[in-house]
Amino acid sequence: MIAPQFRLLLGIFFSLFILFLYGPTLSILVLSFQGPEGGLTFPMRGVSTFWFESLFDGVGVIDIWGAFGRSIRLGLVVMVLTVILSLSAGMAFRKHFALSAFLFYATISSLIVPSIVISLGVALEFRILDDLIKAIGADMQIQWVIDDFRTTMGLFSSGLGAQLTWTLPFGLLIMFAVFNRFDPAYEEAARDLGAGPWQTFKEAVLPIIAPSLIGVALFGFTLSYDELARSSQAIGGLNTLPLELRGLTTTVTDPTIYALGSLTTAVSFCAIFIFLTLFILLRRRTSKRPPQESLPS
Amino acid sequence: MSIPKHLTSLFLSLPFAIIIFSFFVIPLCLVIMVSFWDYNAYSIIPDFIFTNYEDIFYGCVKSLPDLCTSFATYLSSLKFVVIVWFITLITGFLVALFLAFCVSSLQMQVVLFLLCTIPFWTSNVIRMISWIPLLGRNGLVNSTLLDLGIIDTPIEWLLYSQFSVILAFVHLYTLFMVVPIFNSMMRIDRSLLEAAHDAGATTVQTLTNIIIPLSRPGIIIGSIFVITIVMGDFLTIGVMGGQQIPSVGKIINVEMTYLQFPAAAANAVILIIITLMIIYSMTKLVDIRKEL
Repeated sequence: MIAPQFRLLLGIFFSLFILFLYGPTLSILVLSFQGPEGGLTFPMRGVSTFWFESLFDGVGVIDIWGAFGRSIRLGLVVMVLTVILSLSAGMAFRKHFALSAFLFYATISSLIVPSIVISLGVALEFRILDDLIKAIGADMQIQWVIDDFRTTMGLFSSGLGAQLTWTLPFGLLIMFAVFNRFDPAYEEAARDLGAGPWQTFKEAVLPIIAPSLIGVALFGFTLSYDELARSSQAIGGLNTLPLELRGLTTTVTDPTIYALGSLTTAVSFCAIFIFLTLFILLRRRTSKRPPQESLPS
Repeated sequence: MSIPKHLTSLFLSLPFAIIIFSFFVIPLCLVIMVSFWDYNAYSIIPDFIFTNYEDIFYGCVKSLPDLCTSFATYLSSLKFVVIVWFITLITGFLVALFLAFCVSSLQMQVVLFLLCTIPFWTSNVIRMISWIPLLGRNGLVNSTLLDLGIIDTPIEWLLYSQFSVILAFVHLYTLFMVVPIFNSMMRIDRSLLEAAHDAGATTVQTLTNIIIPLSRPGIIIGSIFVITIVMGDFLTIGVMGGQQIPSVGKIINVEMTYLQFPAAAANAVILIIITLMIIYSMTKLVDIRKEL
């Protein structure tokens, strides 16, 4: 048992930790409403939405809104793929199959191999692929390759792949946690009642694990939306928002960058809020039992 | 059923496997392969040479005990690893301890746990930048200390220094310790704690004899995360160190921008070997799959 005075100390420590986690972010939220005369630090010189307006007018030569749109689109694609692929792989891993141990360790490695190495690897892969296509094009006199082909690298090829190496391991780990706690009796019951494999999955398994899939979706979207290390060298010509943001940290010296920070954090928070609400709603629906009188006697 | 079960599993795992294979396994193999290639100013040339590795350690042995750039960089990264690992371990353990044993209602536990997790789903760059108004030359910390008369001139080492790099690491990655340790702690049978209490154990004895040993898998998994992230980092050290502090990740990044891919690949291979050595020694101590 933990002594009461020790609990109190832990409680204080925990509160300080939460303050440490959120305090800095709150400070940039406040400072993004800095008056037009204000600078990057406190004190506030008036309160205004001046820096948000300046953000909407654009930041220098960078196409912030284009980058924002790309980040959202890529995030959604990563989210959908992460949910579907993790779910199907999670189902697969419930039984032993050929190379299952290899796939598991490759996935874990993908999570912990330094991001810069993955970025380098994906960049190399597409670079070599480009060289190959150009060589073949020149050899076989394929005119459009010689004239127009530039690169296979891009947001939805190398960029997408690099981000999936980050989100898929999280998805699979969540599925492991889900199926470790899953009671196979539900499936057996469905099968006993004559359901086929697909029907068993759709009617028995899916409703039970649906809230967890929302969790996977949350990881897929938010991790992609903020991802930067892995895609940094593998995104192609057009940057995502986090990449533009990193560039701006060295060039922008006014609160516009705080306004942008507040905005992108707000998007993350909206996403988190939506996913968590969906999670709670689905959870409530699953745990609700039908009222007794509706059951046939 | 007509389809054998193991084939169904193989089929179901195929899309996932294809992605992991195409964007992780193959790229990793390419990094190893290209680390033996040659290069000039505008292209990489297939070859089998050790020059890239020799370049990294050129003059390193001869100049000992003075450290060459590579040794100094690795040592600097290792120093960050040790410091950050230690701070995140202590912080993460205490936070998990509070969540697991000092919050009685399950609902409150979920809420507080989410409170710790939410920042993980927001932008790392923003979370780094958000230290500027606090730690800068005219930041909140300096101006408060000046107003209170504790210091006469602003402290310069608060931002763009090793201190701010460590602070940012702790800020960003303590969660990677909290979650696995919390997970391990939640699996501890509460009757063990009651038994310890009945047998007259103090809080410290309960901690050292029950909670810490049974949290070991979580501690190890969290440690793997933190150590590998810090070892290969280039963003946090770049942004928070004011681009002044070297790191292995940054060397790779810079070499890539100069299109010196084989040199970057050789550095990456060495980084992977060191990281793998750390992970291998740690996985010997715990089976990750059983802990989820």
